[in-house]
Amino acid sequence: MNEFSSLVQYSIAVPLFLAFITLWAKNWGRPAVQIVAVTGFAIPLILALFAWMLYNPAEPGGYAFVSDLDTGLSLIGISLHLGLNGVSLPLFVMAATVGLAAGLYAAQSKAENLHRYLFCLLVMQAGLMGVFASIDIFFFYFFHELALIPTFIMVGIWGGRDRNYAAMKMTIYLTLGAMLSLVGLIAIYVKSGAGSFDLITLKAHLAQAPLAESIQNYAFGLLLFGFGILVSLWPLHTWAPLGYGAAPSSAAMLHAGVLKKFGLYGLIQVAIPLLPNGASLWERWIVWLALGNVLIVGFIAMAQKDLKQLIGYSSVMHMGYAFLGIAAMSVLGVGGVVIMMVAHGLTVALLFMLSTMVHHRTQTFEMGEMGGLAKKAPVLAAFFVCAMMASIGLPGPGLANFWGELSIFLAVYEFKNWLIFAIVAGIVISAIYGLRAIASVFLGGESDEFVESQKEVSVVDMSWSERVPALILIILLFFVGFFPKTITESLYDSLELEPVYAKGDND
Amino acid sequence: MPTEYLQQIAESNSWGAIGPELGLGILALLLLGLEILLPKVAHSVIPRIAVIGQLAILASLLWGGMSDATVGEAFGGMIRFDETGQIFRIFFLITSVFVSYLGMVSLDRKTLPQIEYFHILLVVTAALMLLAQANHFVMLFVALETATVGFYILVSYFRDTVVSLEAGLKYLIMGALSSAILLFGIVLLYGAGSNPALMGSSTDPMNFGNLSRFLSANPADTLGLLGMLLVLSGIAFKIGAFPFQIWVPDVYQGAPIPTTALLAIGSKAAGFAMLMRLVDVFSPLGDWIYPLLSALAALTILFGNLAALTQRNLKRLMGLSGVSHAGFLMLGVIASRTVEWASTAVMFYLFAYLLASIAVFAVLAHIEGTSDSELSLDDLGDLAKRNGFLGLALAVGIGSLAGIPPLAGFIGKLLIFVAAFQAEHYGLLGVAVVGVVISIYYYFGVIKAAFFEAWRFSEDEEQGEEPIPGARLGFFGKLAIVAVVAGTIIIGFYQGPLSSLLAGG
Repeated sequence: MNEFSSLVQYSIAVPLFLAFITLWAKNWGRPAVQIVAVTGFAIPLILALFAWMLYNPAEPGGYAFVSDLDTGLSLIGISLHLGLNGVSLPLFVMAATVGLAAGLYAAQSKAENLHRYLFCLLVMQAGLMGVFASIDIFFFYFFHELALIPTFIMVGIWGGRDRNYAAMKMTIYLTLGAMLSLVGLIAIYVKSGAGSFDLITLKAHLAQAPLAESIQNYAFGLLLFGFGILVSLWPLHTWAPLGYGAAPSSAAMLHAGVLKKFGLYGLIQVAIPLLPNGASLWERWIVWLALGNVLIVGFIAMAQKDLKQLIGYSSVMHMGYAFLGIAAMSVLGVGGVVIMMVAHGLTVALLFMLSTMVHHRTQTFEMGEMGGLAKKAPVLAAFFVCAMMASIGLPGPGLANFWGELSIFLAVYEFKNWLIFAIVAGIVISAIYGLRAIASVFLGGESDEFVESQKEVSVVDMSWSERVPALILIILLFFVGFFPKTITESLYDSLELEPVYAKGDND
Repeated sequence: MPTEYLQQIAESNSWGAIGPELGLGILALLLLGLEILLPKVAHSVIPRIAVIGQLAILASLLWGGMSDATVGEAFGGMIRFDETGQIFRIFFLITSVFVSYLGMVSLDRKTLPQIEYFHILLVVTAALMLLAQANHFVMLFVALETATVGFYILVSYFRDTVVSLEAGLKYLIMGALSSAILLFGIVLLYGAGSNPALMGSSTDPMNFGNLSRFLSANPADTLGLLGMLLVLSGIAFKIGAFPFQIWVPDVYQGAPIPTTALLAIGSKAAGFAMLMRLVDVFSPLGDWIYPLLSALAALTILFGNLAALTQRNLKRLMGLSGVSHAGFLMLGVIASRTVEWASTAVMFYLFAYLLASIAVFAVLAHIEGTSDSELSLDDLGDLAKRNGFLGLALAVGIGSLAGIPPLAGFIGKLLIFVAAFQAEHYGLLGVAVVGVVISIYYYFGVIKAAFFEAWRFSEDEEQGEEPIPGARLGFFGKLAIVAVVAGTIIIGFYQGPLSSLLAGG
């Protein structure tokens, strides 16, 4: 057992345990439910920040806080093997941060049956912490599903428009994606002959005896499309905007912000290092499909009139950059993807939260029925502009997104230089829809509908209970933006350990 | 003849080894005796005695273990005790405890005699336990028929409702047909195996060991092949595999809920107990059996899931989804040809299926009105709001059947999939994955009916909450549901206890 390995264990166990206490706390009244739930979100963040400070692996880039627990599946080489390396640590911290923000926002929402809503969110949080802390690829999958199931329930019960259809569509798409990736993981387990689902063991074993190319080919294909559905790779993305449109805001924050990164993380940590030949065979596919994400979905995003749908499509579009960065298969590109995953997770969560706040003030998501909100709610406008700018990647080095996208662009330029034109086009597209959203929601005159709705609901600026969760996200966004070194150092160390990424740099 | 021969057989009669089955028989008789002796007002005690007695036998099985020198053949080769048989015994006893509880819930609402139900249930359970340990076709057939005759009565137990009687008749006809097919197959095997002109023939070819030796000496014997085919058909009827699944929806719908549960769990598991033992016996014919089973498994998975898609009647839905589970289990049995631990995976799956099905049937038993055969998705409306506890139980049960992590059903499916992959049955695995994705649709429909519509019209809340007809959860009812739900969740996270039970530890 390593030092402080309980940090990681508790960050998974505490939210899970407090989830059940939340159900119980209903008997003690609403404040008790809120306090228990917020504690359940705050403790993982505190533990994750400690882990961030204490991270000091035996070898540079290796795993720290390692623990191993047999749950009774040793028959097929599965054990609960937890730990963090340079790739998972920043995502672990990001998951905890978004979790606290989503939890705080949910705790003061007016959802019916608040205790059950918070129960679902806490279970999801436990799953999210587990995803990034698992070294065992079975538990990696298991925790993903643990986080995924509450999403369906929350969309179906607390969702908005079209919730039943959206919940059903999400369930079927994501189950298909999950099943494909599960079969892919089983393929690696069986064909490697290592007799273990443990990532470290598998890596060591496959470094000695790599899989035959045909096996790598189909196993990587399974993982690419399985993970691809989960990350909304074009053309399998249609569940995402619909689902996010219908999902309650905290669920959308956690899913779009954190859970969706599972697929990318799986490609970076599992699929490409274990199946390098398969990855290079499928590289072309990744590039073309990712271009679909950037350009086609970008154009669709431009045509959106609904604010939440717009954010949904923009988040799908940004996944295209991530896939391009992965396709470059170099430390710079993949490192950029990880930075972008952190930044994008924080940004998109912030955007979903802010758009719900806009909705509370305007009673609509239709951007045509808003306008001039900046006068009535300047703080909200400031936050929103900041988040949207971050999402576009425009405003220079102050925000984390910039570093991620810059690294990806450099890596992609080295990889296939013509791709840079597509990427520039993508930036222009996102600038167009982003700035237009800001303009139509916050600037200009008030639309007739908005004037009408103000007669019933008067508009006030953000209250402190709304500002705190937004600030939590913004602070980390700026922190990583100003001090990217705090995550990149160990990140690059960990990626250097993978021959497939290290090789890409020397070319 | 041969008093010596009889003596020799009698010597191998180790009555102690079938103590649990004898105990069940005595308990069954005791119930009838008590019904005569006790005054009528005290009759409600009798089902409780039945449950307590079964729990005592279960405890003795679990703690007694296989410690005695009971492993091996007994009763002149009629019965063979081994680890798998022991696990199936535990499985059937757990099933019957929960079915007794369902019976207490659902019979209380009828004016029918009750004690006989528990009497027959105990006899059927004892027969199933013996069936799992049979090592001889005579034993197998007698045990199977004892159970099946009991089932005829249990299916048509609600003799005042037409659907129950209709189901009983259908089950009788189809059951008789399948017994006849099975018997015909046994006779052919007997004829082939006792032909002195062939190598490896013996005077007792119905003994599994002798038969297996005969078949390995004559793997191309036409009679033997035909016999094997017919025997497998008879078993396919029991497990509800395609194309012998035709009786499943009607009988499941018409039978009283406890009987439906016993059919879905006990009868299916008994089929698999036979199948797992017989694929060993027939292993010399492996080149015929396994392709056949593979085709059947694929069709069973697809048929069960596709037919369940449009189903709104809950008991039919459970029946058809049970057909698809039979397909997944067959996949495990097929994989066990090359992957040794696959039979452990099958047992694991069966236990997960047991817990999940009981959870669902317990919820159905509590919400059924006067006519349980008409229970449909609409009856689940607002369940989560009317009774959150039952709603949760239903969600866990359905989730586990759908194979959603972190529930026990998921681990079961995972083990089967890994085993199938190791055995390189890629095509079947693909069918199974498709089946899982299809099944999400109808399982999701159940969840949707119970949960999502509940919150749709929050303004209607004041209309007064109607009590669910017949929802009356006593302490023991809650205890039983909590046991299956907690079991399902805990096994999803921590498989240790079940793994060590299956490993025979």
